[in-house]
Amino acid sequence: MLLTTLMIGLVLGGTYALVALGLSMQYGIARIMNLAHGEFMIAAAFCAYVLFNGAGLPPLVTLLIALPLGYGLSWLVYSVMMHPLVKRAPNRGQLEADSILATFGLLFILQGIMLLVFGSDFTSYSYLNHPINLWGTNIAANRLVAFIVSLTLGLGLYVLITRTRWGATLRAVALSPASAPLVGIQVDKVARQAFAIGGSLAAGGGVLVSMFVTFSAAGGVVFTMKALIVVIMGGTGNLMGAIIAGLALGIIETFVTSYIDPGLSLASVYILFIIVLLWRPQGLFGTARS
Amino acid sequence: MSALLSLSNVTKRFGGLLAVNSMTFDLQEGEVVGLLGPNGSGKTTLINLISGALPPTAGSVHVAGKEIAGLRADQIARSGIARTFQLVRILPSMTVLENVQVPAAFGAKSHWGGEIDRIARTCLEQVGIAHLARAMPGDLTYIDQKRLELARALAAEPKVLLLDEWLAGLNPTELQDGIALIRKLQSTGITILLVEHIMEAVRALCPRCVVMNAGALIADGTTEEVLADPNVIAAYLGDSHA
Amino acid sequence: MVQKLLKPLLIMGGGAGLAAAPVVLSEYALGFMVSVMSYVTLATAWAMFSGPTRYISLATVAFYGTGAYTVAVLSETLPYPLVLLTALAIGVVLAAFVGMATLRLAGIYFVVFSFGLAELVRQLITWFEVNVTGTLGRYIFLPFETQHIYWQLLALAGFTIGLGAWIRRTRLGLAPKVIGDDEVVAAHSGIALARTKVMLFVVSAALMTLAGAIQSPRWVYIEPGIVFNPTVSFLTVIMALLGGAGRLWGPTLGVIPLMVLFEWLSANFPDHFSILLGALFILIVFLLPNGVLSALEGWMKSAKGQSNGKTIEEAQT
Repeated sequence: MLLTTLMIGLVLGGTYALVALGLSMQYGIARIMNLAHGEFMIAAAFCAYVLFNGAGLPPLVTLLIALPLGYGLSWLVYSVMMHPLVKRAPNRGQLEADSILATFGLLFILQGIMLLVFGSDFTSYSYLNHPINLWGTNIAANRLVAFIVSLTLGLGLYVLITRTRWGATLRAVALSPASAPLVGIQVDKVARQAFAIGGSLAAGGGVLVSMFVTFSAAGGVVFTMKALIVVIMGGTGNLMGAIIAGLALGIIETFVTSYIDPGLSLASVYILFIIVLLWRPQGLFGTARS
Repeated sequence: MSALLSLSNVTKRFGGLLAVNSMTFDLQEGEVVGLLGPNGSGKTTLINLISGALPPTAGSVHVAGKEIAGLRADQIARSGIARTFQLVRILPSMTVLENVQVPAAFGAKSHWGGEIDRIARTCLEQVGIAHLARAMPGDLTYIDQKRLELARALAAEPKVLLLDEWLAGLNPTELQDGIALIRKLQSTGITILLVEHIMEAVRALCPRCVVMNAGALIADGTTEEVLADPNVIAAYLGDSHA
Repeated sequence: MVQKLLKPLLIMGGGAGLAAAPVVLSEYALGFMVSVMSYVTLATAWAMFSGPTRYISLATVAFYGTGAYTVAVLSETLPYPLVLLTALAIGVVLAAFVGMATLRLAGIYFVVFSFGLAELVRQLITWFEVNVTGTLGRYIFLPFETQHIYWQLLALAGFTIGLGAWIRRTRLGLAPKVIGDDEVVAAHSGIALARTKVMLFVVSAALMTLAGAIQSPRWVYIEPGIVFNPTVSFLTVIMALLGGAGRLWGPTLGVIPLMVLFEWLSANFPDHFSILLGALFILIVFLLPNGVLSALEGWMKSAKGQSNGKTIEEAQT
């Protein structure tokens, strides 16, 4: 029982980590605080559901569509909505405020569209739903697949960003958008890419989550919230921190829901958040700002 | 006689870097002291430690006998320390007059009503920009923005004024105006600690200087003594010249 | 001198006219006015904190809902004034707790916390009701007609605007403006940053809690899902922004046209309501970043041929 809970928590945490990684890219590099992140995720989850039920397309194939589609749509959102705000903002604080407000509006638009199309009921479908025995515990195959794919995507991105030249330009913009142009980096292009990758990860996370969790059109907000908390716990802009914090959050939440009460899942996340705020506001893996 | 501002073993560590290393010196009431040192020697950090922008890692700072090390910046401001910033910081959405009213309202004496208006106008007059009271600070020239910052520091009616390269970036005529302005303040009996690179200004304004290098105190004495000190020359020019 | 007298006379006259409204208005129109007064309170209270500090609070309904739910729980056991006081106290404690946990840190922590606060409170209350009291969903039987609720909310809205006007003349009004401009200068001028922000947040949240408490008898039946409706937070922000969160009367000015619009939208496009609202919200952020009032001022200045437009822009950012 204990091991099963741990495994289920780890699996859930893997998708949290992936979604939070997306948010961290958008906030850490593109400087956009995207409150509609969870809506991107839910939209992708509905895509997977529709394609699976309607066309018999397995979610893993949908994933291959969702990743580039999420990238393209987010690229568009950045170009149309965010770029004018970036150009207009005289400082980072103003951009933060404007992007929070603009994406808050976007949240309601996306949620409204999904409510219109799919209604407000919880949805799920059954795919790879047979148990697999792992170290004596049974875990559904879909969860295991989702976990492996999440971690592969997450760690793959981490390696790209920390080990490649392209990754270095992203990190440069994250650290200092003002001085990155001095070494020939096109900040605007990098920010657009980072925002689009963030959206791509949200879409991927949505498809993966839909394989083993019931979801509804109004459920994006809670995912955004958890992703935000993971980003802060991991230390803003710290990708490895976000991955570890995501896994930790998944485990803690699963323990609370299975041993204490499923109604307290969000409360447990918030208690963790408050502890981090009071004890290490720079994040568990962040460094203190001087 | 006890000192007005007294630093003892003030230390600041950023991770492995020792930015300020056990600084100890006193300022008597009415003194104007220059804080010198090459770039990166920790002068601005020390000012930040005194004003509370950063908490010191160790050591103590006393103003008129009261311990202020580790207090928040606003508490230190209310204890009678005011400062200007190396890079000018104005309040862009408020008029020049309103900028100067702020410390009068929240400083040690917490004035309100007509009183903050009177104090702000007096301070603007003191620095010579009373005629710009209703302008927006963003429209001011660089030197006038610096004057505004000085007026704002004065409006707190501080015991000790910390000037962080207040004269930097001025052209030769403005520099003469600036030096004259600080000398005028000096005659009101205010105590000033000023970080400065312009030797002309240091010689003109400071009878005494404190010199830092690599975070530590390397000289403290009359300006002439200090500027002739081989350690100081070595710090500025490199060891080979010593 | 005449000008000086004119303003209080106008306000008193307007207030008297509004107080007499139930005599002439239909039940439907009065219900609409109840919502208007409620949102005037919420938007003005929101702007009181978020306007000058620029900390965007998305938690309006957390307090509003807490107020409403407190009344639902206590209305049968305590006399009404005591119920209101209890709601107020709960709102103050909740706001103080949230404020002390987040307002010492950068604004983003506060936004994130406020984003989920309503959902958190809703889940906690639901959990408590299901597991401890066993009664999810409550009825409110208070002997109030629509006009009684209207008068109370009118008084609260008037009080909120009056309080806003008064705070503007005190240190508590000046301090957040300085903080909004430059926190470092604010601290070095002797302003206690965290205390100022927490105090303003608590005042603003207390007013929101009261608005929810007073309006709650309108529902008759209350359940956490009803009173913690995130649309309330959303509408509050959009109204305050439309009018201009930096002005005393800005939020009020934003409430009236938007309430009319919402009423029309929800009657004609009930299914597209939130999509249209979201689009409108984005439009406002893009076109009127500082609200209608300052945009008008900017246009008037540029119409007069003064080239100050740029400095106004800069001053507001």
